[in-house]
Amino acid sequence: MSPTRERLTPEPPSWLGIPPFPEAVKEALGKAEQRKNLRHATGTIRAKRVARADEVDNWEELRTAAAQIKDRVGRHLDDYLVQAEKAMTDAGVTVHWARDGKEANRIVADIAKAKGVDEVVKIKSMATQEIDLNEALEAEGIAAWETDLAELIVQLGHDLPSHILVPAIHRNRSEVREIFRTEMGTYGTPAPAGVSDNPEELTAAARTHLRDKFLRSKMAVSGGNFIIADTGTLVIVESEGNGRMCLTLPETLVSVVGIEKLLPTIEDLEVFLKLLPRSSTGERMNPYTSFWTGVTPGDGPQDLHVILLDNGRTNVLSDPVGRAALRCIRCSACLNICPVYERVGGHAYGSMYPGPIGAILGPQLRGLEEERDRALPYASTLCGACNDVCPVRIPFTDILVHLRHKVAEYKSSKHPTVEGGIMKGAGWVMSDGKHLASVQVASRAAGKLYRGKWIGPMPVPLAGRWLQARDVEAPPTETFREWWKKNREGGQK
Amino acid sequence: MSAREEILRRVRSATADVNVSDPALDVPVHWRYGQPLSTPDVLADLVEKVEDYKATVVRVSDAEVGAAIVTALRGLDAASVVLPDGLPDEWADAVLDGGLAVHRDDPELSHAELNVIDAVVTTSAVAMADSGTIALDHGPGQGRRALTLLPDRHICVVRADQIVSDVPEGIARLAPALRARRPVTWLSGGSATSDIELSRVEGVHGPRRLWVILVDA
Ligand code: SF4
Repeated sequence: MSPTRERLTPEPPSWLGIPPFPEAVKEALGKAEQRKNLRHATGTIRAKRVARADEVDNWEELRTAAAQIKDRVGRHLDDYLVQAEKAMTDAGVTVHWARDGKEANRIVADIAKAKGVDEVVKIKSMATQEIDLNEALEAEGIAAWETDLAELIVQLGHDLPSHILVPAIHRNRSEVREIFRTEMGTYGTPAPAGVSDNPEELTAAARTHLRDKFLRSKMAVSGGNFIIADTGTLVIVESEGNGRMCLTLPETLVSVVGIEKLLPTIEDLEVFLKLLPRSSTGERMNPYTSFWTGVTPGDGPQDLHVILLDNGRTNVLSDPVGRAALRCIRCSACLNICPVYERVGGHAYGSMYPGPIGAILGPQLRGLEEERDRALPYASTLCGACNDVCPVRIPFTDILVHLRHKVAEYKSSKHPTVEGGIMKGAGWVMSDGKHLASVQVASRAAGKLYRGKWIGPMPVPLAGRWLQARDVEAPPTETFREWWKKNREGGQK
Repeated sequence: MSAREEILRRVRSATADVNVSDPALDVPVHWRYGQPLSTPDVLADLVEKVEDYKATVVRVSDAEVGAAIVTALRGLDAASVVLPDGLPDEWADAVLDGGLAVHRDDPELSHAELNVIDAVVTTSAVAMADSGTIALDHGPGQGRRALTLLPDRHICVVRADQIVSDVPEGIARLAPALRARRPVTWLSGGSATSDIELSRVEGVHGPRRLWVILVDA
C-alpha cells in the first residue's frame, strides 16, 4: 500500500459530485437556512446597486459603450492579443499562452518550482477557479492560500464557492465562526480563543491569520479584471487590500487572465470603472484598484508573468449569438437579481459560474456533451431581469433560447425525441416575428375554446413537468401585439 | 503548433464572420471620452463622497498642512510614521516637533519594519470627486506601493487643483503616468469587506483608516 501524502491545504469537495441542475435544485430548495441567507444578501445588494446606478445620469449610455467596446475586442481579438502581448513583453512581463486549464496549471507550477517556493498566496480569481489551480498545485506539493476573506471562508470550510463576488454568501456569521475556530489553527495562526460571531471580530481574526502568510510569501497568483492592449497595463479591482498585498509584496507574480479580458486603450477604463463597482457591490468605487505595467524597479514584484488562457473561450467566440457572453466583467449583478439563483443558490449550477451568466457561459465554454451542461440553459424562467441589470448589456434571454435550441439539436442528433421536436419548434417561433404571430393565432383560438377556464395538467411532455406544480390561466383571446396595435400604435402613446 | 499559434488560429477561425478589418469601423463606440461632470462644487462633492466611506476629511490652507498632519497622527493614535521621499521638509519638521517617531524609506525599509510602523503620510496625484477616489501614481511624495499598504493608517494630502469631477477626467489626467509605465493605486476609503452577511467591516488588510487633508489653493 502506498503511503497517502498529507494534504497541505484543506480538501475541497468536487463540482463533479453535484448532479445536473434539475436534480441539484431539489436538494438546494430543501436548505431553508441557505435560502434565508441568500434572500437577505441578494436583497441587500440589489437595493444598493439600484441606488448607485440611479446616481449616474448617463448610465444607459455607459452600458451601451461598454457593450460596444467589448464587442470590438471580441470581434478583433487576434489583433488585440498580439498587441497586448507585445506591450507586456516590452514592459518586462513574461507572457505565456495556455490552450486549457491543464496547460495553465503546468505553467504556474513550473514557475513555482523554478523559484523554489512551496506556497503561494492568491487573490480571488474566477480564472484560477475555473482551471482548479489550487488542486493542481496541491498535487505538486505547493500550497495555494486564498487571501480574500470570503474565499478563505470557503477554503477553510472545505466548501465550494456559491457566488462569483461573495463566494461565501450562503454562510452566516455563526457558521463562519465555527469554520474559523475549528480550522484556522491547522493551517496557521489560530483564531483567538473565544472569538465571537461578530463580523468585526471574525475579520480581525482573518487579518491576523493572513498577515503572516503575506509577509513571508515569495510568490503570488492573481487573475486580472482588465488588460489594456495598447499599453500592457493590468488592472485589478478589489476591496480588502489582500489584492494589493499579493500584487506588491512577493518577488514573483503570476496573473492568469482569460483572453477576453482585454480593453483597447487606457481611456476605455473610464467606462468600466464607472460601471463595475456600482453594478457589483453597489458602491461608487471599490476601496482599492491597482494598475501595473510591467516591472517597476524598486517597487513591487520584479518577476512578472501573465498567462493568457483560452480554456473554451474560443468556443464561445465561434458562435455569433453566444459570443456576447464574453462581454462579461464578472460583476455578479445578474446573480443578485435572478429569482432562480436567489432560491437555489450557486452550488446547484454545478460550476463556479452560477446564476444567469453561468447558465449561458458554462455550456458554451465546456460544450454540450455532459448532461449538467445541457441542463443549464433551462435554469432560468426567461424573466429577463438579468438583461436589464447587466452593465455590458448581455442579451441573456436571446442566448438562453438560442442555447436551448442547440441542446434540442444536440439531443435529436443523438436520438430524436418529441421534446427535441418541440424545442426545434420553439426555436423556429422565436427566430422570426412572423412565425411568432402565426403561432399566436393558434394560441388565441385555444384561448377562445378554454375561455374562463383553468387548464390542468397538459399533455405536452415538457410543459407537463412544469405544470405539475402550477395551474395556468387559459391563453388570452387577444395577443399582446394585437392589443398594442389597437391601444398604443396610431397616435396615443 | 505552439499554444500561442494554436490559440490565435482558433480565434481567427472563430471570428471568420468578421469581415471589416478596422475595429473602429466594425464596431463604432458611441461615447465621448473624458467628459467632466457639471458639479457645482467639486471640492464639496469630494468631501461628501470620501466621508461616506467613513474616512476623515479636513480642509486647511497651505501653511497649515504640517500642523494638520500632526493632528491627524494624534487623531489616529499613531506614534510612528513613515515619510516617503519628496515630501516638503516643513512637514517632516512639524512631525518631529510633535514628538512622533519618524522613519524614512532610505535605505529601503523591510516589509517587517513597515508592518510595525503605525502610519504613512503621502501626497497624491489626482482625486475624483464623484466616486470619492484618490489616485496615487507613486511619484515623489507618494513612495513605493508597500509604503501605503503595510502601515495601518494613511494620511493623504490632496491639493485643490488635483481634484477633478469624475472618473473620466481622472483617467485622462492619469493616462500619461500609465503610459510611462508608472504603477497607479486608487483608494476609495480604507480597506473594507462585506463578506460576512454583507455587513460592511472597515479594515481588513490594507490601511484601516484613511485621513485626507485637503489643501485649498
Ligand atoms: S453577465 Fe453581466 S451582470 Fe452578470 S456578471 Fe457578467 S457583467 Fe455582471
